[in-house]
Amino acid sequence: MSAPQDIFDADTGNRSWWERLRAFRQDKPHLFLLLIMVVIPLFLMPSSTWAVLTLSGLAMGAMLFLMASGMTLTFGLMNVLNLAHGSFISLGAFAGATVLTMWLNDYTSGSLWVNLLAVIPALLFALVVAGLLGVLFERLVIRPVYGDHLKQILVTVGGSIIVMELLQVIWGSNEIPVPRPEALRGALLISDAIPIIGGIALEKYRLLAVILGLGVYALMLWVIDRTRLGILIRAGVENREMVEVHGYRIRLLFLAVFVAGSALAGIGGAMWAMYREIITAHMGEELMISVIVVIILGGLGSVRGCFYGAVLVGLINLYVGYLEPRLAAVATVGLMVAVLMWRPQGLIPVIKV
Amino acid sequence: MLKTLLSGDYPRSRPLTVVLLLMFLCLALGPFLFPGTRAFSTLGMICVFVIVVASYDLMLGYTHIVSFAHTMFFGIGAYGVAMTMDAMGKGFAPIFIGLGASLLVSLLLALLLGLLSLRVKAIFFALVTLAVAFAFLSLVTQLYHITGGEDGLRVRVPRELGPAFKPFDGELRGFSITTFLTGLFTDPGNLGEVWRESVFKARITGRDLMYYITFFVTVGVFLFLLRLVNSPFGRVLQAIRENEFRAQALGYRTVFYRTAVVIISALLATLAGVLFALINRYVNPENTLNFELMVFILLMCVIGGMGTLYGSVVGAVLFLLAQNYLQDVLKWLGGGLEPGSLLAELVGPERWLLWFGLLFVLSVYFFPAGIVGQLRLWAGRSSSRKQGNGDDTTAAGEQESGNKGKDGPVVS
Repeated sequence: MSAPQDIFDADTGNRSWWERLRAFRQDKPHLFLLLIMVVIPLFLMPSSTWAVLTLSGLAMGAMLFLMASGMTLTFGLMNVLNLAHGSFISLGAFAGATVLTMWLNDYTSGSLWVNLLAVIPALLFALVVAGLLGVLFERLVIRPVYGDHLKQILVTVGGSIIVMELLQVIWGSNEIPVPRPEALRGALLISDAIPIIGGIALEKYRLLAVILGLGVYALMLWVIDRTRLGILIRAGVENREMVEVHGYRIRLLFLAVFVAGSALAGIGGAMWAMYREIITAHMGEELMISVIVVIILGGLGSVRGCFYGAVLVGLINLYVGYLEPRLAAVATVGLMVAVLMWRPQGLIPVIKV
Repeated sequence: MLKTLLSGDYPRSRPLTVVLLLMFLCLALGPFLFPGTRAFSTLGMICVFVIVVASYDLMLGYTHIVSFAHTMFFGIGAYGVAMTMDAMGKGFAPIFIGLGASLLVSLLLALLLGLLSLRVKAIFFALVTLAVAFAFLSLVTQLYHITGGEDGLRVRVPRELGPAFKPFDGELRGFSITTFLTGLFTDPGNLGEVWRESVFKARITGRDLMYYITFFVTVGVFLFLLRLVNSPFGRVLQAIRENEFRAQALGYRTVFYRTAVVIISALLATLAGVLFALINRYVNPENTLNFELMVFILLMCVIGGMGTLYGSVVGAVLFLLAQNYLQDVLKWLGGGLEPGSLLAELVGPERWLLWFGLLFVLSVYFFPAGIVGQLRLWAGRSSSRKQGNGDDTTAAGEQESGNKGKDGPVVS
């Protein structure tokens, strides 16, 4: 996670624009791709549609980032591939939905603050429950298979079956509707004040998702770049034994990261539940595909890459979903394959897999 | 003769040999031993899934490549034949055209995936195949005017393979083992009566022909795979599994071998898909392409025993029997519990997968070589106990090799 060098420094000032573009593509592939991704659809659709889709794509990207960041961190630090991550997403969704339903039934008054307040305990509950399951899961399922990728894949697939079945035991196997608080329904209307784009309607919930996602991203970057814990995490990614030699108990660090990752997946799941307003036990499995594409795009183990990957996946989903709804999933995977052809390690690689 | 057929790779455990022979006999005489359509379709599914799981084992067990795209190739076969027959009508020509076309598509896709796995490392391959398989599933679901979408396609097989076709006029006698056994337990005094009850009339129809085609293809594919893994090619695969770097250093182009394995197992899965479409006569995303099906294949492969082809037979038989009949057992178990309680929910018939998932995780921890590997391990121990007369060094040596066998499948 070294800071990318500034490419517009003094001695590159007299390069031709083409060389600059190439240098830009080389040094900041994530920004390059993001730019292409945002600009090309601008020519394919009306600009107001484009603005709405871009914001929705950002919102979806923010939620995907919440879900995917835990998995990429787990892989980066512990070299553990947790394919049961999807079941944590499902669990978070169900936990959040339960709190939300209870809370909103108690206070039917529908005043704005009561409504908005319901979201916070729902998210917190999802976070705590998914985190607790994370502790259990690390102890029981993952600890015996550290360092063996094949067994990790097998065991976590088995673990995810068990968790999904238990979810169905507790909450039943039918779809559950999730109420979205009244205060988060509807859209903010922005009048024609903005040039080019014109008047658009921004859905409130999507704005909330974007804010939350950006907040978590900033927090994670702060923790990783600026705190002692972050130094240890980065050192652990680079060289596990060296950290142990210095007397730190890296097992505890692993556990903490795993639990944090699970908790984030839980929050992401709860956000997704309120976004979709209907949940099933298998939603985590379906979201896992997007999560996997995100972490491969970004480069396994990279938080920054995960953020850009999530935004890219969110955007392409929405753009292609608008142009040709049937091809959204194919386009997502196509993007992944194309990026892998170009940069096999992902956009911002941190570890040698 | 037997040695040539099995390529010198015997089951190497007496209980295993007995079990495998029993399974073989049951499958070979299936339509005459188990009356009823449910048993018949279970038999057909077992044959198809033996191919699927054995070819998956070639990747997972023998080369340690984890692929989640095996159902994609299975689905290509099934949909290939279903779509050609949908477009061209009944007859044998569409079957073979569909088979050829889907094999070609599978070949190209497998080559592409293999080339992608060239550029990215082992763990990426699992994730990339998962994503590609999902994209394929969504494509099939969305392009409903050719694939039928969620509803799927009905496969109209030629008359010769359907239930209306009767090649012989006469009737044959079948002997229902299940009736006989239940009779034996409930009414042991009346053997003659039980015997007469369990004999049933069996008429050979086109469906039985289709079953036997599937059965013989399965046997052929299984023997081919046995030959393959015991050939020099198979040795290289196992070398890659144990230590890829070393295999490379010995001068093997491991990338070539890995790609070849991915292609071979993809083609076999496609073949199994074609057979599935013909014997099941109905193809939809849920029974051919679902991610759940992929997990099932993984379960069968691991529980039976990775890296032992016999394990895929045992795993497929056990799993499909559980899938079809464990629900009845659970229903019976849960009958005594009060409905609605948590315990009743846990053993409810639709929760059979929970117990299988638990079994799967436990088997990865405690019997990583699966049922077959464990049986072989025991057989090896007991035979070494007979030979070594309390000699400590040989016993320790056996222990050592036994422990080795725990990590990877036992291959002599």
